[in-house]
Amino acid sequence: MIPAEFDYTAPESLDAAIKALADGGEDAKLLAGGHSLLPLMKLRLAAPALLVDLRKVPGLHGIEREDGSWRIGAMTPHTDLEHSPQLGIFAKAAGTIADPQVRNRGTVGGSLAHGDPASDLPAVLLAADGSVTVQGPGGQRAISAGELFRDYMETAIEPTEVLTEVRIPSLDGWGFGYEKFNRRSEDWAMVAVSALVKQTGDICEEVRVGLTNMGSVPLRAGAVEEALRGKPLSAESIASAAEQAAEGTDPPADLNASTDYKRHLARVLCRRALGQAAGLT
Amino acid sequence: MSTGEASTQATRIAAEQTDAAPAPSNHVGQALRRKEDPRLITGKGTYVDDINLTGQLWAAWVRSPEAHAKIVSIDTSQAKARDGVRAVYTHEDLDIEASLPMAWVPPGIEVNTPDHWVLAKGEVKHVGDPVALVVGDDRYEVFDAAEDVIVEYDPLPVVTDPEKALESDSPVIHEQFATNKVSEWSLGGGDLEAGFAEADVVVERRIVNHRIAGAAIEPRGVLADFRADRLTVWSSTQIPHLLRPFLSMLLGISEDRVRVIAPEVGGGFGSKLQVYAEEVGCAWASRKLGRPVKWIETRSEGMMVTHHGRDQIDTVRVGAKRDGTITAWHSKILADIGAYQMFFTPMIPELSAFVMCGVYKTPAVQTDVVNVMTNKFPTDAIRGAGRPEATHMIEVTMDQLAQELDMDPLELRRKNFIPPFSEGHETPIGVVYDSGNYELALNKLLEHIDPAKVRQEAAELRERGIYRGIGFCTYTEICGNAPSRIVGPSGFGVQGGGWESAAVRVHASGAVTLYTGTSPHGQGHETGFAQIVADRLGIDPAQVDVIHGDTQAGPWGLDTYGSRTLAVGGEAAARAAGKVAAKAREIVAHQLEADPADIELREGRFSVRGSPDKGMTLSEVAGAAYAPENIPEGMEPGLDEQSFYDPENFVFPFGAHACVVDVDAETGKIDVVRYVAVDDCGPAINPMLIDGQVHGGIVHGVGQALYERIHYDQDGQLVTGSFVDYALPTAAEMPSFETDRTETPSPVNSLRVKGVGEAGTIAASPTVTNAVIDALRPLGVTFINMPLSPMRVWEAIQEAKGGVAA
Repeated sequence: MIPAEFDYTAPESLDAAIKALADGGEDAKLLAGGHSLLPLMKLRLAAPALLVDLRKVPGLHGIEREDGSWRIGAMTPHTDLEHSPQLGIFAKAAGTIADPQVRNRGTVGGSLAHGDPASDLPAVLLAADGSVTVQGPGGQRAISAGELFRDYMETAIEPTEVLTEVRIPSLDGWGFGYEKFNRRSEDWAMVAVSALVKQTGDICEEVRVGLTNMGSVPLRAGAVEEALRGKPLSAESIASAAEQAAEGTDPPADLNASTDYKRHLARVLCRRALGQAAGLT
Repeated sequence: MSTGEASTQATRIAAEQTDAAPAPSNHVGQALRRKEDPRLITGKGTYVDDINLTGQLWAAWVRSPEAHAKIVSIDTSQAKARDGVRAVYTHEDLDIEASLPMAWVPPGIEVNTPDHWVLAKGEVKHVGDPVALVVGDDRYEVFDAAEDVIVEYDPLPVVTDPEKALESDSPVIHEQFATNKVSEWSLGGGDLEAGFAEADVVVERRIVNHRIAGAAIEPRGVLADFRADRLTVWSSTQIPHLLRPFLSMLLGISEDRVRVIAPEVGGGFGSKLQVYAEEVGCAWASRKLGRPVKWIETRSEGMMVTHHGRDQIDTVRVGAKRDGTITAWHSKILADIGAYQMFFTPMIPELSAFVMCGVYKTPAVQTDVVNVMTNKFPTDAIRGAGRPEATHMIEVTMDQLAQELDMDPLELRRKNFIPPFSEGHETPIGVVYDSGNYELALNKLLEHIDPAKVRQEAAELRERGIYRGIGFCTYTEICGNAPSRIVGPSGFGVQGGGWESAAVRVHASGAVTLYTGTSPHGQGHETGFAQIVADRLGIDPAQVDVIHGDTQAGPWGLDTYGSRTLAVGGEAAARAAGKVAAKAREIVAHQLEADPADIELREGRFSVRGSPDKGMTLSEVAGAAYAPENIPEGMEPGLDEQSFYDPENFVFPFGAHACVVDVDAETGKIDVVRYVAVDDCGPAINPMLIDGQVHGGIVHGVGQALYERIHYDQDGQLVTGSFVDYALPTAAEMPSFETDRTETPSPVNSLRVKGVGEAGTIAASPTVTNAVIDALRPLGVTFINMPLSPMRVWEAIQEAKGGVAA
């Protein structure tokens, strides 16, 4: 619980933060809520030489509706998402993150930039077809959720770039379901499934399913989506489609869950999440 | 309050027969709020880590990443070269000639006990085995320096499976014994063979009681200060009094010059009932360097090198008649005690034997214990220490027997209950239970929960894929340790006694200090003991300051563990207060020219019977005692008495617990819906403290059954090294507990009380396990071992379906 030595700076503008990050080289790390990075440092699994704290950088907080989509500042804590029901599935998923203390400190940008496939928000962003905005020495660019997550805890964000905001398309008219399975309420997901459904009558116009902790990155359950798109939604059609939730996945086993068990959970949770999204439960 | 009429009467009769009779005022029995809490919840508690001394240095330990290896070389030069590092020590530097203590020497039993050094000598035997001690100016720097110590290891074969460790081709951990087997010990009574021959059915189960941690909120910590030929050690320990003589012996410092202080201690659960290498090492280094040396355990160290508990494979065999009458009981315990033996390591599994009859009339019973060493950290006492294991064996097997007999599990229990007794019941092994009324507790439980209603709910829920089950446990346990003649060197083999001390000092103003030899770490002794003393002196509990955990304050004591504090330490406090009251009566009688026998304590005054206006308060008596111009001829001045109390027998709390669980058959996840506990620890001193102990105890037992597990992989690596993987449950996982009591007085002490600190833990794991098996029975699962993780439950369901889990 004793981290290795590091330097610390808390710049007061985004430009200064980007500069500090660039000057710090590859051993510099951004600090947002600190709820992923600091435990790693205390366990000496990470030993950055410099921490660039974003807490004094203005303009990185808040949830706003803009041009028909949602813009969420990177430093917005999970608790703000949790208490914004207009964000639908994001509010629901954020409310399941760890415990209230973590939700008060942990940030949406930090969680996405950390790229942990067991965290709640990455797969939700993927299912929602959202994106993040990053800014670096070369300017600003958007990275779609589909491009963001490269590998286990590895993202498309360059080491000198700062994730500044998250953009989520309006999900007005979409039904959603979020099913997370863990042993204790404060645990990371053993498996979680996010489901978004747009239907007319009982016909499924569009469907997106995100899988948490079913691989080294958050995944979409393409086979499930394919099986339902354009088809009538019923308990039976959902159950049948959900059987394909683990198709193509090979989640690593751990002490609490074998690969087979995780795949089984994905199927069960997918059926339940889709049922919620379709208003069938 | 739920006092049965009979037990109330028994209390009254018993009270009249004793010298230290309960006082007429009535703070005892009230749910007084804890005196400790205002300082604790406002952050004013002083824990070891809050104490800092001028010139203090910090210690860090270099620990083995290998589970079993020869130490080829240790290069400390780089660490020593750091500016802030004062010393780096390895085994050869330490001139401590004796091994860390192990205090159980059972007569006639051979126990293979290896040396256990403060720093590893030549080989490491488990992950975390300390190899070097780094001392320096700054806490952060000693951690960095510890990483600079380069140790070369030559790995040796590892064994972590206790059954494999007994096989002839297993790696041997301590070569001098040529085996990993530590000891074989048995305790039995009655004719076992005849009992099994007489049985219509015999049920045998292999019950695994897995390894768990104590996981106290406050990690361990030590601050050692040797100066001017005196050693003071602040330690987050349950046993300051027991630690002192061992520090004295190991370091060669006269006992009178060693002071151990347990300041505020944030939980122990048995894990701080220990003489740890870090305590001895820091004290040694402080003397060597002439500076105070401090070490605060990290949580990672806590999971790795604070002793674990349980870890047994039990083979339980019970014989019964067709009508449910038990004829014989045989439990074989294979205990995996880890790589070394600490204070009571090899003794804990044997403690199961003393209550292996449970609450039943079992005519023949035997417990065989084999202890075996593996490349893990040692086990020792963790909340319940042997009794949770025994109760789990008994109560899970009772349900299995009921299943075999197609009998209601409660009917089976009632059929075998020992009938109510108030003055002792001797079991076939010669243990005398003090008092018990098991029907009463079960009946009280069933006032709160109706099994038929739960089964009705279960039928309704099943249509929605939820499997609801109900489980029970009726238990007794053994605590109040200990009668020295029974547990001592020529008896069970503990190298010491079991008494407890107390001293009551009335100051000249009438303020009262109670010194207790017990050492609380969260239980609420300051409140409960103040209630006991206040009632005997006619004052308010707020006027009684309870001092504990400092070997320089009050007489020597034997500390807190094994639910001993109230039944032994509380009795000592009552007796010391009784002596003060007796002297006060003499002074009052003398001053008011009355007979001491006519002085009674009424409404806060020692007054003359029949003349309530004639009397003196305690502070008036104290004034007279310290300005002694008018006290009886020959009486010594002062009002200050002490008592050493050695109990005649143990006490045996008992109770009945029930649990309702819902199992999601698709995922295997278990939800504890209700938990109802009826416990009997005699008349309540403070019902709120009892509830607190029962609540925490249940969480510990439910935690083991459903969540917590210390797991080493086959290479001896600790897989559950943090709270991410060691799934300590939180409030979110627990239901709101429903508690009630019956009050059956103990004939052993004048307070008529029994212990309750471990009862919840002892009862909870079988209660939950039985509920889960009950829930899963419609799915074809008839038995399952803890920990009941979702995956394990799901796999059991798949296997019962006839397929392999997939």
